[in-house]
Amino acid sequence: MSTVEAATHPAPPVVRAHSHKRNRRSTSVAVAMLVPAAVLMITFLIIPIFLTFGLAFTNARLISPVPARFVGFDNFVRLFTNDTFWKSLLNTIVFTIVIVPVQSGLALGLAILVNAKVRGTNFFRTVYFLPVVTSMVVVSMLWLFMYQPDGLINVLLAKVGITGPDWLGDPKTALFAIIVLSIWQAVGFHMVIWLSGLQTIPAELYEAASIDGAGRWQQFVHVTWPGLRQTSIFILITITIAAFSLFTQVNIMTQGGPLDSTSTLVYMAVFTGFQQQQTGYAAAISLVFFALVLTVSLIQRYLTRDKGATR
Amino acid sequence: MSDRLAPAANAPSGTVTANSRRRLGPALVMVLRVVLCLVFGLPLVFMIVSSLKPDTQIFADLESWAAFLPVGEVSLDNYTGLMDRVPFMTFMVNSIFISVATVVLGLLVNSMAAFALSRIEFTGQKVILGVVLATLIVPFETMALPLLWWVNTIPYFDGSQGWLDTYAVQIIPFIANAFSIYLFYQYFDSIPKELDEAATVDGAGWFRIYRSIVMPLSGPAVATVAILTFLPAWNSYLWPLMVVQTESLRPVMVGIDYFKQATGASGTAWGQIMAYATMITVPVLALFVAFQRAFINSIASSGVKG
Repeated sequence: MSTVEAATHPAPPVVRAHSHKRNRRSTSVAVAMLVPAAVLMITFLIIPIFLTFGLAFTNARLISPVPARFVGFDNFVRLFTNDTFWKSLLNTIVFTIVIVPVQSGLALGLAILVNAKVRGTNFFRTVYFLPVVTSMVVVSMLWLFMYQPDGLINVLLAKVGITGPDWLGDPKTALFAIIVLSIWQAVGFHMVIWLSGLQTIPAELYEAASIDGAGRWQQFVHVTWPGLRQTSIFILITITIAAFSLFTQVNIMTQGGPLDSTSTLVYMAVFTGFQQQQTGYAAAISLVFFALVLTVSLIQRYLTRDKGATR
Repeated sequence: MSDRLAPAANAPSGTVTANSRRRLGPALVMVLRVVLCLVFGLPLVFMIVSSLKPDTQIFADLESWAAFLPVGEVSLDNYTGLMDRVPFMTFMVNSIFISVATVVLGLLVNSMAAFALSRIEFTGQKVILGVVLATLIVPFETMALPLLWWVNTIPYFDGSQGWLDTYAVQIIPFIANAFSIYLFYQYFDSIPKELDEAATVDGAGWFRIYRSIVMPLSGPAVATVAILTFLPAWNSYLWPLMVVQTESLRPVMVGIDYFKQATGASGTAWGQIMAYATMITVPVLALFVAFQRAFINSIASSGVKG
């Protein structure tokens, strides 16, 4: 920058005229470069977001000869008096409340475990990461197989004297079973993110702490954890949003059953909006889902910002 | 981005090792690592091994380590058998086409947008960037159903109503991506702007600077965006499930549903399902193992700034 400024100083009038002309040309080039992304984002992201709000108050159907009609809060009244909705909402929240701490905690444990530079670290990191590059569709099918009443998991449990339940057939265990495989699939992803956070903490801090006589736990509390602040915010938000969006596992393994014990908001939205073609009703569910995501993101943002300011 | 992560990698690890050695003992750490290795690796081994066995043998082998070993009546029968049930090659070609098209077009469109936002000064820049970042918290699932209604309502290129049952509906909505724009934007910001000035003096326009200076310097960002676009495109399931009814346009993940429907009195053809699962997973696993560093770095860099 300094060389450029020095070069432009001797002849200000010329440069001004030149840069003025360039600015106008720049703007048109910038617009040209932005147009493809802008058109696509407006068409397939911004408009659908607004449509969610609009359609939720209509009786729109996916395929219908008659145009949609405004129906006020009918969809919401129907939704809030529907037991499946409350079960789906509860399941979504339970799933998220369990997944967020357990998955982020396990991921941090794995990250610390593979952060050491010893022989074989790369191999272990790779293996822990393999489920992440395996699609959730495949993972769901594989675990559906392993969760069969006479499947791999119950056979293994029988070896240590436990009689395993019909994991996915029992309303008491189905959601838990889905939680386990969801963590198995995604924990490697967050391990890698924690790992990149760990690697930004300067080694000198650990040296200083150990000179001061800090033990491993104290080092974790006073050096590692504060150093992971930014990373932890990112992980918290991404895991929460991903957990709220639970769909694939449910669709492949249980179709929301047994007795709605694994139904979720997204599953219900897809079932009503796609299978039953009730777009307006599905939009109402989507709106509740959106409100949930927004509220939690704002709360998390607020809480994490507050702590950062006081420290 | 890989350059940024790599040097720091060795720094703190020595201390951590020393500590784990003192407090936990290397043996315990190693045991833990191996156990976790089995937890994450064995189900995938089980999937591949089972794909080679007849169903009766899969269940018989569960009692012993044979479940994880290709022993007994090993054959490719499941692979040949599933071809009668599912048009596998069609699905595979569709998935490759859709994923590659999404990645290539996404790289072009998003990098151009990020270039304009990062390097060219114009009014409204900050606002546009703000809107792009704000959309990041909206999960696709929130607007999937309204989007379904929308793509069924708007006119297609030939003037007919609705985009359902096309390749386009599986590709075009996923080209522009706020996160890709953000990743490119961050990377472009780290490339010195003096280069643009120098190029302008030499008579280069903005398109030339984009094509000949900034993009060639952005290899790591291109790799990151390519990987983070490819994985969801390859894995996409909910969207094609809803928008494609014609068999010849379906991608591989939706093919799994063929086996669910086939569950009948004779029981599920687990061996064939595992064979199908293996065939749609192994190409991606192979890509991952081949480009491991790029994969890991792309995931890591997605979290660096949050």
